[in-house]
Amino acid sequence: MSGINLLQSKIEVVNIGLPLFAEALAVQDIPVVQVDWTPPAGGDERLIELLDLLSE
Amino acid sequence: MEKIEQANKIAVGRMLDSDPVLVDVRPAGEIISGLADGVILHAGPPIGWDRMCGPMRGAITGAIVLEGWAGDLAAAGKLAQSGDISFQPNHHFDAVGPMTGLITPSMPVMVVENRKFGNRAFCTLNEGLGKVMRFGGNDGEVLNRLRWLASDLAPALSRALADREGLPLKAIIARGLSMGDEMHQRNIACTGLVLRELAPSLARTSTDPETLAGLLSFIGGNDQFFLNIAMAMGKAIMDPVRGVDGSCVVTAMSRNGTDFGIRVSGTGDQWFTAPVEMPNGLYFPGFSERDANPDMGDSTIVETMGLGGFAMAAAPAVAGFVGAGSAGDALNYTRSMLEITVGRNPEWTIPALDFTGVPTGIDIRKVLETGLAPVINTGIAHREPGVGQVGAGIVRAPMACFEQALEAFAAGMGVGGVS
Repeated sequence: MSGINLLQSKIEVVNIGLPLFAEALAVQDIPVVQVDWTPPAGGDERLIELLDLLSE
Repeated sequence: MEKIEQANKIAVGRMLDSDPVLVDVRPAGEIISGLADGVILHAGPPIGWDRMCGPMRGAITGAIVLEGWAGDLAAAGKLAQSGDISFQPNHHFDAVGPMTGLITPSMPVMVVENRKFGNRAFCTLNEGLGKVMRFGGNDGEVLNRLRWLASDLAPALSRALADREGLPLKAIIARGLSMGDEMHQRNIACTGLVLRELAPSLARTSTDPETLAGLLSFIGGNDQFFLNIAMAMGKAIMDPVRGVDGSCVVTAMSRNGTDFGIRVSGTGDQWFTAPVEMPNGLYFPGFSERDANPDMGDSTIVETMGLGGFAMAAAPAVAGFVGAGSAGDALNYTRSMLEITVGRNPEWTIPALDFTGVPTGIDIRKVLETGLAPVINTGIAHREPGVGQVGAGIVRAPMACFEQALEAFAAGMGVGGVS
């Protein structure tokens, strides 16, 4: 099964969100890429609503 | 939303179909409809004297003396405050101007004709670097240079352009991008290309070798001469994009030293404004951030059409000049602008990005979704009137402009009303 293969293979991580997770892996010498990501519209609920409506 | 995608496709299609040609240089009062005595055109969205920054005020008093509306700078300042001068944005008159961006009737303006859509746009001649009116300079040296531009350079360029029936610009941009220009803070290649194109016609239409030598020397010695041509071209390209129903593509970004303003195709000619930000850059010896005026000028029309900061990957040298970092950082600036644009320009490509086309058509939705504000390469003016340029840097368009624009655009599309 793919899940078992995943756990048995070498781990390489892409982290989105809090950089703390990436930093914790990096100090354990696990390859990790931190994605430069922020919530849409900086998390502003009104703007997110408008963006959603304009994409429908 | 399908209507938006189709409208944005039309908007970007108009940008790509444009055929800008530099056709003439004429006195502004002769060719700009509505620019009469007592009217001063300025950069950025509308603003009154009371809210203008130091360099804008300095340039205005100088321009009033240049026009002979007052005898000296002190009298010019009183006239400017009196309410007898009408201050109007360049953008409302088919025009653009760098930094303070002033246009008054006697100043010559270059005329760029978009031969695909039949519209024309105007921009003043570039004065050179240092103490110049676009950075707030207003002393005798500044005014005498402006007089020479009107008396000698402008008529000569007009004759030369007539001799060769105009100068098509799209191909010059394509070559300039492959030679290290981004057409905002680096115009060395394009200035050289224009000089090479115009020199035979300048020589053929000249009657005096010494005058001709002076003209050639002025253009060849001014690395930013092409900037103003690129700006008039940008205005000529972006104006046909105005008013496409359902399009959320930005048609203008501009600043007056106090406010930053944007216009969006689907919301017509409404300005969405927010306070300008301070450029982050490098300063000439003897100056620092304490001396700097906030962001200013219509030159962001260059970024609006996909050049300048958007094309920084083409100009690694400019990254150092504006303090943007390494050549690798320059690549990343362009890559990030690809995330906020509708498409790419297949005719204006960047060798260092495997000939990727420059990012074209800023989509306000993508700006807000990604949090990536448009990046702008800019000159920095001294905050006091009459000093001039003190550095160069990069600055971002304020996100608040895009937030307001999205609200208005959504209302126009009939969605998102607050219940």
